[in-house]
Amino acid sequence: MKRYKEKFGAGILEAWTDRKQAILVVSRELLAEVALYSRDQEKFDWLSDLTAVDWPKREKRFDIVLNMYSFEKNERLRLKAHAAADERVPSVQGIWTTTNWMEREVYDMFGVIFEGHPNLTRILLPDEWQGFPLRKDYDILTQDTAWVRENLGIESGQ
Amino acid sequence: MADERIPTATQLDQTVLGADEIILNMGPQHPSTHGVLRVKLRLDGEKVIGSECVIGYLHRGVEKIAEHRSYQQFAPYVDRMDYVAAVSNGLGYCEAVEKLLGAEAPPRARVIRTILTELQRIASHLFWLGTHALDIGALTPLFYCLREREEILKIFEKFCGARLTTHAFRIGGLQYEAYDELEKDVERFCKPFDKRVDEYESLLTENRIWVGRTKGIGILTAKEAIDYGASGPVLRASGVKWDIRKAMPYAAYDQYRFEIPTGKNGDTFDRYIVRMEEMRQSRLICLQAIENIPAGPIMGKVGKVLKPPPGEVYHAIEAPKGELGYYIVSDGTTQPYRVRIRPPSLINLEAFDKMIRGHLVADVVAIIGTLDIVLGEVDR
Repeated sequence: MKRYKEKFGAGILEAWTDRKQAILVVSRELLAEVALYSRDQEKFDWLSDLTAVDWPKREKRFDIVLNMYSFEKNERLRLKAHAAADERVPSVQGIWTTTNWMEREVYDMFGVIFEGHPNLTRILLPDEWQGFPLRKDYDILTQDTAWVRENLGIESGQ
Repeated sequence: MADERIPTATQLDQTVLGADEIILNMGPQHPSTHGVLRVKLRLDGEKVIGSECVIGYLHRGVEKIAEHRSYQQFAPYVDRMDYVAAVSNGLGYCEAVEKLLGAEAPPRARVIRTILTELQRIASHLFWLGTHALDIGALTPLFYCLREREEILKIFEKFCGARLTTHAFRIGGLQYEAYDELEKDVERFCKPFDKRVDEYESLLTENRIWVGRTKGIGILTAKEAIDYGASGPVLRASGVKWDIRKAMPYAAYDQYRFEIPTGKNGDTFDRYIVRMEEMRQSRLICLQAIENIPAGPIMGKVGKVLKPPPGEVYHAIEAPKGELGYYIVSDGTTQPYRVRIRPPSLINLEAFDKMIRGHLVADVVAIIGTLDIVLGEVDR
């Protein structure tokens, strides 16, 4: 943690531990840089997960969350970056190849655009799908009633 | 943002084909894809020079469902992801929520959880072995494997009434006390089981066709495996000696002695050997665990209404397929704010393209089999 602050200074926005797990919030522009530093210098060479969380009330609504693991230290570290709906996030696909599909999934579910991703298309949902399901304002009940009205021609009554 | 959408043509469609090249579509309805996986193969004669997996046919929006259910209500859903290893899924989820709550399951519950999870690992590996061998052309092992798997499923049925999607554990411990003959049943299954693994090995390990079809096929070096985020047997067969049960013990694994088998070459044959050895190790864990199941309560102190304090947790377990992680964010209400599931099958499948390049069409089947994917988990 200390080394991160020394290296990136103001680029590290917050740092704390939650349930004994270390969390580091970095500024969005520096995400790829910090990721590369973590992999090479801090030996967090294995990325277990990349995902996002939606906080619609916040000014920058998305949390991009990276869960890293170091074989050498037997430690996990969580890297976070905030992004507004119209902001692009630097892709870390060049650092860990595994994030190719994970970033596609985040795009698919949240509509977050990753800058520099070679093939950012929907992965789980059909290409013609409207909207981004894991956003908090994607209401399943509205979707359901709309589908029933459109396809069955009745009110769903839910 | 909708108008900012990136064109959806896939990578294979965008490339220009050479004179001798064709694109072959495989699946989603194909017996060797173990579900509904579609693979687009770019071929030069019979050689695969590129591939692309098309997934999502079984997508049910499990992560979205989680945001609309209470913590307990969501527990049965996780069984439907990796449906050949439902007990492991349940263990991961229950432990993640316990961590979020700051609660802990009592020792008795943890030992019983360990026994059932290890039996589930054996069952999952047996199912993998049977179908993998069947895909490659060895029909016989399937019948032996399913015979043994049946015995494990019977133990699950006696324990909680269900065989496949068991929902065996509860947040905070167990709902059901172990039935009277649990130890005896586990012992009756485990005692002769190493001989049975030898029996499967006698059918395959030195079989010329099997060796020819698996050795040197789908090689993943240790560096590549780490880069691709592979976990579980796929990572270990490449020579990385890493198992979450040892590295970050959960349940009651810190009490038992067992080895982590690894491979050298990272090919299909090594992955087969690693999984066979894992079954033997799981048997040893079960035998150690039934010797001393501590007495005491089976349910820890968690309320009827679960309201974890705001915050987040990432908890991963060593599922039969690899690292199964749950990242849960709580906002202090009875429903999770966000549940992210890190499915080992999906991320191991990502290395498929790397592994298949340069091999023949027939090897596609071998490599899909060796990755041990379950589409319910890939698509969630």
